[in-house]
Amino acid sequence: MIAVLGLIAGVVAGLWLEPTVPTELQPYLPIAVVAALDALFGGLRAKLDGIFDDRVFVVSFLSNVVVAALIVFLGDQLGVGSQLSTGVVVVLGIRIFSNAAAIRRHVFRA
Amino acid sequence: MTPDHRSDAPTDAIPTVTDETPTPASAPSSWRVIAFGLRPRASRGQVLAGVLCALLGFAVVAQVRQTRVEGLSNLRQSDLVRILDDSTQRYEQLQREAATLEQTRQQLLSGSDKQKAAVEAATQRAATQGILSGRLPAHGTGIEITLVQQSGRIPAVDMLNVLEELRNAGAEAVQLGNLRLTASSYFTDDASGVVVDGVAIQAPYTWIAIGDPDTMAPALEIPGGAMATVRHDGGRDTITRKADVQVTAVKQITAPEYATPLTGDGG
Repeated sequence: MIAVLGLIAGVVAGLWLEPTVPTELQPYLPIAVVAALDALFGGLRAKLDGIFDDRVFVVSFLSNVVVAALIVFLGDQLGVGSQLSTGVVVVLGIRIFSNAAAIRRHVFRA
Repeated sequence: MTPDHRSDAPTDAIPTVTDETPTPASAPSSWRVIAFGLRPRASRGQVLAGVLCALLGFAVVAQVRQTRVEGLSNLRQSDLVRILDDSTQRYEQLQREAATLEQTRQQLLSGSDKQKAAVEAATQRAATQGILSGRLPAHGTGIEITLVQQSGRIPAVDMLNVLEELRNAGAEAVQLGNLRLTASSYFTDDASGVVVDGVAIQAPYTWIAIGDPDTMAPALEIPGGAMATVRHDGGRDTITRKADVQVTAVKQITAPEYATPLTGDGG
């Protein structure tokens, strides 16, 4: 409940404050968002599996974001930033899809 | 109820975020789990998760906004170079066009200025010459003279004297009775009075002259001058200086038959 409220509050705050992304953060924010979405879906799946743990969720959320941003940063330094970004997005997308599939089987039993 | 054993589950191949194998022995209804999860519990972890979700929502909105604003950051370098070239060329083209238009504007402006000045000068000249030639009515400071015949007859030569005196004193427009006097005006004697430009008029004669009253009135009163002659011939004169007199009579101007203006003189 608090998580859902937090999500809504964050969206509202974003619409309200109309933030501009700082230039240094611009390459990393999209990847970080995708990683966070992955963590969110993972947490929801764990919840449905009955093995949800607050601590694990928080740690996985933060580590996902940090690692994703780190990979992109490393890629930028190596000159393969866009390719590595694409790779990260693909991997995270697959994970989001698999988590979504598990959630679907829980909710709809299909 | 527990589909985790199914071999076609994609989750089997890819590890989940939680890094724990989900094997609940008897999972309750998923909806009930969700409903239970939605129940607010103010544990530390819950609050932390809520904060993280808020951050996520904020970041998503910010990123969506950013993506909508910027269109170029997703392009490749070659595309960017091409766009830059295009815009530079377009800029130069527009710059040239602006310079041309500015030049045309200047020309038009100065042209219309010149034309306006010419029209103004011509209007001014037309007014001046219209007044001097008797074509236009006029008003201004001046004098009014009334000549009454008392004991004699005022001859045409006296009238001519008055006109000449007025001209010498700088009269700019002169009217006698309801006739405009100009450079070509003439006086002749008649049985009952004088004939001015072919029109017979009788005393009393009323003159209206526009000019400097303080110049014209003394000029007429010079000893042995115009008024002295009139009085000598048996007339009586009244001169009134006025701040505003109106010369309303006009003269029809005929186009010169033989004379044509010298071109290049301008006029």
